[in-house]
Amino acid sequence: MIALIDYGAGNSASVGNALEELGYEFELTANESKILAAEKIIFPGVGEASSAMATLQRLNLSSVLRMTNKPTLGVCLGMQLMAERSEEGDAACLGVVPGENVAFDPNAVNTPHMGWSETELTDRDNPLFRDAPERAFFYYAHSYYLPVGERTTARCDYGGPFTASIRKDNYYGVQFHPEKSGREGLRILKNFVEFC
Amino acid sequence: MLAKRIIPCLDVKDGRVVKGTNFVNLRDAGDAVELAARYYEEGADELTFLDITASAEKRKTLLDLVVAVGKVIRIPFTVGGGVSELGDLEALLRAGADKVSLNTAIVKRPELITEAAKRFGSQAVVAAVDVKNVGDRHKVFVKGGREETDREAKAWCLEAVDRGAGEFLLTSMDKDGAKTGYDLEFLDWLTANVSVPVVASGGAGKREHFLEAFRDARVDACLAASLFHYQELNIQDLKAYLRENGVVVRL
Repeated sequence: MIALIDYGAGNSASVGNALEELGYEFELTANESKILAAEKIIFPGVGEASSAMATLQRLNLSSVLRMTNKPTLGVCLGMQLMAERSEEGDAACLGVVPGENVAFDPNAVNTPHMGWSETELTDRDNPLFRDAPERAFFYYAHSYYLPVGERTTARCDYGGPFTASIRKDNYYGVQFHPEKSGREGLRILKNFVEFC
Repeated sequence: MLAKRIIPCLDVKDGRVVKGTNFVNLRDAGDAVELAARYYEEGADELTFLDITASAEKRKTLLDLVVAVGKVIRIPFTVGGGVSELGDLEALLRAGADKVSLNTAIVKRPELITEAAKRFGSQAVVAAVDVKNVGDRHKVFVKGGREETDREAKAWCLEAVDRGAGEFLLTSMDKDGAKTGYDLEFLDWLTANVSVPVVASGGAGKREHFLEAFRDARVDACLAASLFHYQELNIQDLKAYLRENGVVVRL
C-alpha cells in the first residue's frame, strides 16, 4: 500500500488520479501508524513553505517523515520541504536532503516558473528514471527552487540551473509535477512504485 | 528550456462545451470531459475551462466537472467563471484544478488576489482580464464581457500582478471570434511590463497568428477555442509548424 500524505496539499487529488490510472492502491492519510506501515510514501505539495511546515507539525507528520526508511517521493513543494530550509516564509524544513530553497529573481525571469520545461535526467542509474529519455519535458509551477548540489539527479534551467530531482538514501524528490506531465510523468510515478 | 504552451479553452454550460462569437451566439461543441480527453491525446499542454452556467446548481456542476476531468487528463488545467470567494477556490483546487482564473470578483474586490495568492500560492491564481477598446482607451469589462467598468486595462494589469497574480489570461473582446489574430499591441505591452506568464486569448484564426503572438509579442501561451473544437486546426500540426519556425514547443 502507498500512503499519500494528507495535509491539505493542493495536488493530492491529482496525484491520486494518476496512481489510480496506473492501477495502484493508495490511501490518502495523515495517520502516523498507517504511514509507518505503508510500503511507499508519496509526499505531495502545492502551496507556501512555512505554512505547509506548520501544518505538518500540527498533524505530527514531520517526525514520521524524518524517521521513515521507506521509499518516499516528495513532489514539488514536497521535495522542497525535504530540504533543510526555504527562503519562502523563512521556513525550517525536514532536512532529509541537503540544500536550501531560494526564490527565482523576478527581475531575471518570469515568476512563477510555470509550464513545460526540458529537463535533463542526469543520474542514469536512478530507478526513478528507468527507461526514461535523457531529456524530457515536464510540467513545473514554482517560485522557489533548490540549487544544484551533489545529490541532484536531474536538472532544469530557468535563468540558471536548478534541481529538478534529488535523491538521498530512501528520499526521492521531484520539483516538477509527474502527475501533470503526461506519459513521461506517469513513467516517473510508475518507476517509483515499481523500482524504488 | 521552457516551452511555449498551446491551450484549448472550453467554455462550459451545464457540462457541455459552447462557443460564441464576441461573447454571444452560443453553439454546442460537445461533452466537456470527452473534449478534454481528446485534447490531452492530441498534445495540448494545458486546458482552460470557463463555466458560464447561470443556474443555482452552478457550483456543484463545476466541481463535478473538475473531478471528472481530473480523472481523464494528465496535464494541468485552469478553471474559472463566477469564482468569487476563497472557499470556491479551495474547493476547485482540492477537486483537482491546478489554477483558478478570477475575473469579475477581483475587479470588484482586488484584495481577493492578495488573499488567494497568500493562501494557495501565486501559481494557482490567474487574473483573467477582458479588454475592449472604447474610444482610445483599453477598458476592462466584467460579467463575461457584458459590463463595462471604470478601470483602464494597463493600470489594472499592473495592480493585479502587484497583488500576487501568477499569470494573466488576457482576452481581447474586439478580437474574440473574429479570427484576425491576437491583440499583439496590447500583449506586447503586457509581456514587457509584467514579470509573470501571459496567456493570449481572443482572435486566433490560423497558425500564423500563434507564431506572431509567440515571436513578436513574446507571450508564454496561446489559447483558442473554436479553431480546435471544430477541428479547423490540429494541435500536433500547429506545434510542428511552430517548431519549424523556431518556437520551442513540447512535441
